[in-house]
Amino acid sequence: MPTIFIDGQELQVNDGENILEACLNAGLDLPYFCWHPAMGSIGSCRQCALVQYQNEDDTRGRIIMGCMTPVTEGARFSLKAENATEFREAVVESLMLNHPHDCPVCAEGGECHLQDMTVMVGHRDRRYSGKKNTHRNQYLGPLIHHEMNRCITCYRCERYYKDYAGGTDLGAQASHDHLYFGRHEEGVLENEFSGNLVEVCPTGVFTDKPFLKQYSRKWDLQSAPSICNGCAVGCNIAPGERYGKLKRVHNRYNHEVNGYFLCDRGRFGSGYVNSDARLDYAGIKQADGSYMAVHQQQALETAASWMQGKKVAGIGSPRASVEANYLLRELVGAEHFAAGFSEAEAPLMASVRRILQTTQAMIPSIKQIEAADAVLVLGEDITHTAPRVALALRQSVRNKSFELAEQMGLPQWQDAAVRNLAQDQRSPLIIVSAMETRLDDIASQCISLAPDQIAEFAVSIVEALAGEPSSNKQANQIAEILQSAKNPLIISGTSMVHWGIVNAAVAIAESLCTEPSGCMLSLCIPEANSLGVALLADKSSPSLPDLVNSPPEVLLVVENDLQRRLNPQQMEQLMSAGTLVISMDMLENATLGASDMVLPAASYAESQGSLVNMEGRAQRYFPVFEPAAERLPSWQWLLKLAALTNHKSLSKIEHFDQVVAACAKSQAEFTNLVDAAPDQSFRDRGLKIPRQTHRYSGRTAMNAGVNVHEPQQPHDHESPLAFSMEGLNRDQPAALTPYVWSPGWNSNQSLQKFQAEVDGPLKGGTAGVKLLQSSASGATQKASCEAVEMQAHHWQLVPVHQVHGSDELSVNTDEIAEMAGMGFVSLGAAVAHKLGVSEGDGVVLASGGTEVSLEVRILQRVAKNCIGFGLGYAETLYLRAGSLATLAVDAQWQRPQPQLIASDKATPDPIVAEGGSAHV
Amino acid sequence: MEKVLTRNIGVDQQPTDLKAYEANGGYQGLRKVMAGMSPQDCQAVISDSNLRGRGGAGFPTGMKWSFVPSDDKCTPGHKYLVCNADEMEPGTFKDRLLMECDPHQLIEGMILSAYTIGADISYIFIRGEYLLAIQRLRDALKECYASGLLGDNILGSGYSLNMYLHPSAGRYICGEETALINALEGKRANPRAKPPFPQVSGLWGRPTIVNNVETLCNIPHIIDRGADWFKTLGLGEDAGTKLFGVSGRVKNPGCWELPMGTPIREIIEQHAGGMRDGYQLKGFLPGGGSTDFLTTEHLDLAMDYNVIGAAGSRMGTGTMIILDDRTCPVGMVLNLIRFFAHESCGFCTPCRDGLPWSRQVLQDIEEGRGQPEDLETLSYQIKYIGAIGNTHCALAPGAMEPLQSALKYFYDDFKQHISSGRCPYH
Repeated sequence: MPTIFIDGQELQVNDGENILEACLNAGLDLPYFCWHPAMGSIGSCRQCALVQYQNEDDTRGRIIMGCMTPVTEGARFSLKAENATEFREAVVESLMLNHPHDCPVCAEGGECHLQDMTVMVGHRDRRYSGKKNTHRNQYLGPLIHHEMNRCITCYRCERYYKDYAGGTDLGAQASHDHLYFGRHEEGVLENEFSGNLVEVCPTGVFTDKPFLKQYSRKWDLQSAPSICNGCAVGCNIAPGERYGKLKRVHNRYNHEVNGYFLCDRGRFGSGYVNSDARLDYAGIKQADGSYMAVHQQQALETAASWMQGKKVAGIGSPRASVEANYLLRELVGAEHFAAGFSEAEAPLMASVRRILQTTQAMIPSIKQIEAADAVLVLGEDITHTAPRVALALRQSVRNKSFELAEQMGLPQWQDAAVRNLAQDQRSPLIIVSAMETRLDDIASQCISLAPDQIAEFAVSIVEALAGEPSSNKQANQIAEILQSAKNPLIISGTSMVHWGIVNAAVAIAESLCTEPSGCMLSLCIPEANSLGVALLADKSSPSLPDLVNSPPEVLLVVENDLQRRLNPQQMEQLMSAGTLVISMDMLENATLGASDMVLPAASYAESQGSLVNMEGRAQRYFPVFEPAAERLPSWQWLLKLAALTNHKSLSKIEHFDQVVAACAKSQAEFTNLVDAAPDQSFRDRGLKIPRQTHRYSGRTAMNAGVNVHEPQQPHDHESPLAFSMEGLNRDQPAALTPYVWSPGWNSNQSLQKFQAEVDGPLKGGTAGVKLLQSSASGATQKASCEAVEMQAHHWQLVPVHQVHGSDELSVNTDEIAEMAGMGFVSLGAAVAHKLGVSEGDGVVLASGGTEVSLEVRILQRVAKNCIGFGLGYAETLYLRAGSLATLAVDAQWQRPQPQLIASDKATPDPIVAEGGSAHV
Repeated sequence: MEKVLTRNIGVDQQPTDLKAYEANGGYQGLRKVMAGMSPQDCQAVISDSNLRGRGGAGFPTGMKWSFVPSDDKCTPGHKYLVCNADEMEPGTFKDRLLMECDPHQLIEGMILSAYTIGADISYIFIRGEYLLAIQRLRDALKECYASGLLGDNILGSGYSLNMYLHPSAGRYICGEETALINALEGKRANPRAKPPFPQVSGLWGRPTIVNNVETLCNIPHIIDRGADWFKTLGLGEDAGTKLFGVSGRVKNPGCWELPMGTPIREIIEQHAGGMRDGYQLKGFLPGGGSTDFLTTEHLDLAMDYNVIGAAGSRMGTGTMIILDDRTCPVGMVLNLIRFFAHESCGFCTPCRDGLPWSRQVLQDIEEGRGQPEDLETLSYQIKYIGAIGNTHCALAPGAMEPLQSALKYFYDDFKQHISSGRCPYH
């Protein structure tokens, strides 16, 4: 560890870091803009200037940029020297020449890095008397608002969007002081991670558009630590609430999971929490099919009376918490508890569970995925099935460039230099999939195969790894690449609903485990708590078809829309065969509509629970605000039901922590669940952790339009968080960090004050706990599955996952629905040509007795005999992966007209007809 | 004096074709090298010759080349030689003459340089507006390929080199070697941070040498006639000859090849014919728009890198811009700053936002809106923008040079603008 001197203060610093990092690690306030801990340095803003002295006798020194200067033993710097402070102030003064000073109407105001840095350097009086430059803003889609006048040209947006996230449709244009960051023309941003621009931009150029429509200042938001339920990655999020509405979702740093970034589903997909389609009251179905609203207690008593002495079964949910699923299992008994997977999904998830518990391969965190130096992806379009992992893979392919940089003695944080050095040299990423994926652009090799053949191909790789080179040259080559890697990673998953692919992927990982490098294995699974509920199900658990075939007298459905898992006949049979169905859920759906009693469940933002992500990490989310109306978290509905039905163990339980403890005791896999977050009794310096900022305003007036008496703040008896401004939000356990703020650092950049060191874990550790320890025995799976038999003029259906559209909940958010579009079929260019259709045309797809009209999307890379269907759309609900389909042109089809939602352009250019007369 | 670089350039400025070039001793240096001089031998001659870069910075060429790692010290792959023909320095027009009239001299220099550094691909990055030079270079390259001077196995030596002509899309900043490299790669022409220097990680991340046209044109002569001969050409401490130019209100503006170290007075009064009638010399920028003003007291200085440096300016490209007594120095500086502000790539703050700020202050002064505190602001800006290291590259410090020296030498003019509320020259 080198020693450096800053203003005479001796500092031990990390080898290889730069002076800016060293200063921030030492707790010194050195302002910066263009540097970002995940993106390194380019030296463009010139804000982090210090004076460096040659030696002890040098009194003049010279200005250097902290972010561009590596630490060296004995180096001497000053932050406080007059020329340094004067220079830093001059930089802000220049940035302010054209900045509009529209803070009062800017969505960034109050959490603006530019505001913070301006105050930090002490700039106040403006000397420039010229006119400010102005720009035209662009319509960038429903998610991101663009306000170019505020730009300070730090290049962060371009570097994030293009270099980090692999986007191609946003960048720097023009030059000098007319630099413009935007698209080549107005239009929806294409990248699935565009929302991070909101947090990457140090000022208000890119802001959260849905948030703008119902805006509150950061300091007025009530926040809680939470976990995204959009997919199985389990990104940590910090949702904020005011006036009973979920306002926005910000990233919550987790060193091992999501780091600084979320996908757009995670950031923008929570609008459903405020949806009008939310259930407010419990209801009992009347003879005429309508529902009578009843009070909680009445509903519970009725439900208890229905259940008394009857054969009760329960259907859990891969999107409900471990605790809700656990309580349901205990309430109805394991032998009557269905995990809530579809028929195809259930054995797959059981298989994944077994693999994760027995494999010798390492199940990596996202941080570890970023370190992979050779990656094989089997069957997944990860950008759509586990988005945040795809962003990590975009970083993993850069390991080649870091290797080259190291040979040249170039530090990794020299971002532009490292990229210029490596150019397009990347670590190997091999994608074997049925269709093109969003990572094809960085892949060293893309192989298109139908699902069965992917499995077969993977088996050839296993053989090649075992030293029996197969006749498949590509497989041999891939085996060689993996064997020569220092840190190989195999990624597969359930998205093709194909057992063979998953098992063959595991077999590859297992054989690589015999190499000294070992191997990482990552399996993408469908939903936020798929693994958690798979762990709760055991061999005696019935499947959904079991319940259809021998229906119980009373059926309890917890947060599960069975329409997505059963075919219409099964659904009909289950819901109407004399079974009393009690369903609890958030949003109106087909299952609620067919139930005899509906109970309004709280969303993730109003409840507490644990989710087990794809790597077996249990993470706790906490309520951001109290559920409105008569909503209750599912675990509370179930606990109350247990009490009313005098359940022998559950009726003694009152609190959430007791549920966690009971669950932990019930099963070895859940032993660590109690460590996912501190329990209710945790106090920091005697106080609970506040959800509200210390500047939270208007609490006495917020409700004044309704009642002049200030209502008492709700008490949270279940968690160590308080609905209060009192208490400290500083260095607490990571799982209890509701938002980041530090004196002088109002923006999300204050995160560095919470990190133990730059880009390191939080001072309060890393949230969550791994539940599963892989054993040394190894997962031995035999790939056994029935191959699809092709027929002439038929195509095999392959599910196409969509970050916007395939997820059940997020698509109930207006903006996400807009992004998702309508159900579609993906065709290879050749098939489309043969059919005579082009992008945007319609075809009639017939499969398994269903016939649907779908929009055509054309792909460049599709495996032979395969066509894709957009998964999760209403139109494609009953299409099944692996089944055969026929296609015909839809003669009735009308192309949807593209509509410009909004534009900064004054008026559209009039279209001048040939005759010369203009008409709009 | 013997003409070296311009020996094939006549008053008619017609191009020298391959036949004419060879008839006048052209490609002798190349033939000599291909017949048996090793790259190390060539490197030694160039290092020994004391040749300094003619693009403006005057960095010793031999030393620059010596930083290119030998094959055993870098990963296998291409090495590149790039000719910087993006001549855009205000007041500079010397490279154009060399390319238009004697393209083969440049090509021979490039082949020899590429051979010395071990490059197998070379580019001529030429200013897009130089249409005539582009045409003539294109013709010359064709001739070279046709006669085995370029391409595979040059003159049977076993050495191969390809050369491409790349007309620039046009920004002043492309003259900065790393911005040039970015532009050549198809990226925004923003300069790169150094280190790493292009010699180790340049074009496409590979070892790259970027040299100015005039520098490269010197190479065949040095190789052919030796370092000692070259050193005798200079009058003072610097070696060789140089194209010097004068623009402004002189009787005979133009460009001449003269020995290094030629006194400024000789260039202005003898070659440029002195000031036009009715005009007095007030000051001059000795080496293009981004060098500090010198005044009449400096007329007897020799045009050598260190001599001009010691006088507080830079020799730059060696092409002077004259300020006469009837032209407003504030207006001249404003014009230059306006140019540099417009040509800023926009990458770093002091340059992108600082230069327009200076422009605005100067415009206020020039147009009679100046306030006494404006001079303080200008000094503040010079300190903030002008120091090397404060900015990402040398553009903004270069832009501040005429401003800071104008404030030094023509302070009264600035004061008068402000006190009288108008430009006294109009």
